[in-house]
Amino acid sequence: MTAVNLLVLVSLAYVMVLFLVAWAAERSAARGRGAWVRAPVVYTLSLSVYCTAWTFYGAVGYAARSGLEFLTIYLGPTLVMLGWWLVLRKLVTIGRRQNITSIADLISSRFGKSNTLAVGVTLLAVIATTPYIALQLQSIALSFGAFIAHGSGPASEPVDATRVAFWSALGLAIFTIVFGTRRLNVHERHHGVVLAIAVEAVVKLFALLAVGVFVVWGLSGGVAETMARIDASAIGRWEMQGSRWVGLTFLSAAAFLCLPRMFHVLVVENDDSRFLRAASWAFPLYLMLMSLFVVPIAVVGLDLLPAGSNPDLFVLTLPLTQGREGLAILAFIGGFSSATSMVIVATIALSIMVSNHVVMPIFLRATGTGAQVSGDVRAVVLLSRRAAIAGVVALGYIYYALSGGGEALAKIGLISFTGVVQVLPAMLGGLFWRGANGRGAVAGLAAGFIVWTVTLFLPSFGPGVVYSAETLANGLFGQGWLRPQALFGIDGLDPLLHGLFWSLVLNVGALVAVSLVTFPRPLERLQGAHFVNVFQQGGGRVERSTGAAQSEDLMIMAQRILGPDEALTLFRQAAEDQGLGGYLPEPDAEFLERLERALAGSVGGATAHAMVTQITGGASVSVADLMAVADETAQIMEYSSRLEAQSEELTRTARQLRRANRKLTRLSVQKDAFLSQISHELRTPMTSIRAFSDIIRAGGDMPEADRVRFAGIIHDEAERLSRLLDDLLDLSVLENGQVTLNLREGQLATLLDQAVATAATSEDGARLAIVTDVGEIALTTDLDRLGQVFINLIANARKYCDAAEPRLVINARLIGGRVIVDFTDNGQGIAPEMQDVMFEKFSRVGDQNAGGAGLGLAICRQIMTRLGGSIEYVPGRDGAVFRVILPQQAEAQAA
Amino acid sequence: MSRHVLVIEDEQNITAAISFILSRDGWDVSTHANGVDAVDTVRTRAPDVLILDAMLPGRSGYDILRDLRADPGMADLPVLMLTARGQAKDRARALEAGATQFMTKPFANGDVVDAVRVLGGV
Repeated sequence: MTAVNLLVLVSLAYVMVLFLVAWAAERSAARGRGAWVRAPVVYTLSLSVYCTAWTFYGAVGYAARSGLEFLTIYLGPTLVMLGWWLVLRKLVTIGRRQNITSIADLISSRFGKSNTLAVGVTLLAVIATTPYIALQLQSIALSFGAFIAHGSGPASEPVDATRVAFWSALGLAIFTIVFGTRRLNVHERHHGVVLAIAVEAVVKLFALLAVGVFVVWGLSGGVAETMARIDASAIGRWEMQGSRWVGLTFLSAAAFLCLPRMFHVLVVENDDSRFLRAASWAFPLYLMLMSLFVVPIAVVGLDLLPAGSNPDLFVLTLPLTQGREGLAILAFIGGFSSATSMVIVATIALSIMVSNHVVMPIFLRATGTGAQVSGDVRAVVLLSRRAAIAGVVALGYIYYALSGGGEALAKIGLISFTGVVQVLPAMLGGLFWRGANGRGAVAGLAAGFIVWTVTLFLPSFGPGVVYSAETLANGLFGQGWLRPQALFGIDGLDPLLHGLFWSLVLNVGALVAVSLVTFPRPLERLQGAHFVNVFQQGGGRVERSTGAAQSEDLMIMAQRILGPDEALTLFRQAAEDQGLGGYLPEPDAEFLERLERALAGSVGGATAHAMVTQITGGASVSVADLMAVADETAQIMEYSSRLEAQSEELTRTARQLRRANRKLTRLSVQKDAFLSQISHELRTPMTSIRAFSDIIRAGGDMPEADRVRFAGIIHDEAERLSRLLDDLLDLSVLENGQVTLNLREGQLATLLDQAVATAATSEDGARLAIVTDVGEIALTTDLDRLGQVFINLIANARKYCDAAEPRLVINARLIGGRVIVDFTDNGQGIAPEMQDVMFEKFSRVGDQNAGGAGLGLAICRQIMTRLGGSIEYVPGRDGAVFRVILPQQAEAQAA
Repeated sequence: MSRHVLVIEDEQNITAAISFILSRDGWDVSTHANGVDAVDTVRTRAPDVLILDAMLPGRSGYDILRDLRADPGMADLPVLMLTARGQAKDRARALEAGATQFMTKPFANGDVVDAVRVLGGV
């Protein structure tokens, strides 16, 4: 048996095994015994489609050329998995809740079920994936070639690499069509394929580890010797370029999220969002094992194999040169697994996109039926899927054939990553920023795509193919700032980093800028809320006018797209959930959304939305509808916080009102008390006056002495009345601040002397002994008003000092620009309970009738306030002490 | 029959005026000027008619009146209450406390004489 035949046989046998595995998985899943198929370990292993042939063979080549830099390709996904809580959790939750079928569907759904975006992302994905598929075909062809070249000597059967690639492509297309489109599933879960992928994951890991063990212990002689070789080799001395490491790690992390095949296994094929938790540590472990022997194989290969050997094939050629054919075949199968799993999943993912977002919308529009589809559309969907798979694989093959499978192809991996990563801003923006809108996403994607094409994709074909050497040197259209590998004149950057940087910067810039200046459509707004707030979702759906909606119409349409069984199950389940019997649920918003998601699995979100909307009376989501949706969490929160603020303000107002009310009540009580007091104070002298004037007027026999005495009483009481009125007016004027202060300069001692003289002359003032102890204190104030206060205090002392030999000491001092005057008598002082109130109006100290109305101290206090000072009672001394404090220089204030 | 009036009033001049007009009408008038020991004074003097000011230093006329009414010996003593506060609630308060009659200052001399005559049963 020739080597070629052997390899073909082994490959076919391997594919047969995969067929069986996939078939068994589908069968047991169909019989409901598929629990083992849906396990965290299968999910984790399926993620290994990330490790393609480019990783399986290429990592060693990468290490041989650039040292440890190959690790960045594993580092990015590791970080994403370890940080699953941040992005992946949200992505998977949204994917499950919205029945997302692809990354194009995700972006389109988020931005208002826009078909433009879906088509854009689909095109981008196809363009970026095609070279990658070509790369897989190339790896299969190369590994075949390596085997043949080695095994059978120089002269035997030359292998046509292109033919190998062709047959491989054909085989892969058939396998994918058979298992990827066996049946139409609303959830797009392919248990058979996923299990086959998981098996391949184990095979490729096992193969790589086996080669590694052979290299380290079989060829190198142990760990220590291998370490010594590594230290001696060039790899150990490779310099790490920080910017490239950061850039490449970021790139691989972003690609891990955005690659259509990764999105497919991560999100679409996810059966249970809890699997993520297990995969978050298990998948990094897998990657670690995959990278474990990369460096040893590279180093030993460089040592043992003749110079000029392709390091990308060391994994294969090392065992071959050592005569280990079995191990070599295992390695071949490992590489074959890597290549096939990538192609299978990538084409499934792309076919869903192409079919849902390109073919089906065109078909439905072209047949002009809209929602009134006739016949069973499922056949069309399946056909378009199959055609898409064949088309994508064919594109990959054509690309491979045209590029000639040279070195240029090997470099395309990272460039392809960069192209796919252009979806990242729209994706993350859609997940975390409600402000991101569809126009922004389109602008961002377009900007990123154009920059990527100009700076990376077109130059990748090499000088002279698309760009002339002159264009590369002088810029597009001769514009220096448009040099494809030095945009805006920024030179000296690594071309890949340069392209990555500018494409993403302009992408993000366009997304943010356009989102900020344009207004989202209502549906975008709603979907934005669904996505960003996916974890705090209550109900959150659009209220649609469903009056015209016909459940039967919906049923007919659903049967044609989903198939009778699936549609019936969906409708019956919905009717049951609504508490209805039969299979026709009320076409309420919740059901319509559910139906739309199910349809989206076959015809894409935009088309599904359009079809359902058409049947339900064409009621698209209007702004008014949105206003009715109280579930937009942020709106609720904003609303409730506004309510909260309002109620807080109400509480505050109520408190203020209560306070004002209390004050008014108090004022009212005070006013009543004041009027009552005034009445009393006025009536009392009037009573005497009236009584005695009555007596005198009545005449009769009355001694002259009595008449004179009575007239005297009338006179005194009349004076008392006018004094009272004077005081009241004075107080009123002071309280209302209508006083004009007459500021003059004077000596305190002089003023006090005058006051003592005035107070002494009234009535029997001689009884009080007054001692003044005042130095030279000049002051500027309203001397008349201050004198009024002094007179009042001296008069009070005379009236109320109850000592046997009443005595008043007046002393004054100047402290810090303030004059302090104390009036101290030798009486009992004032009772504590009176000390607080005696400065109030009508409060009188002492029991005896001293003739005052209780206004004196109130007036004093008002005067002192106007003068910028104060009057207070100093407690705790022998006798009553009143202290007057005022500024030495009164300010000419407008009182 | 004795005609004894006790005037409890803190304003000297008012006391003088009432004393004068009642004396001229033939009453024996005695006076007292503060609220603190007013109840004892009423007990010891045992007047036929009592004229009581509502606002007295030390103790209000209302409190004094309540004490008097609580004493069986004086529960029926005719009392003319005087107040310088003329509001309706003051009248109500006086009658509630047990005043036989209520009069607002300033008053007409004739009214006081008439009122005391009625109260004294003359």
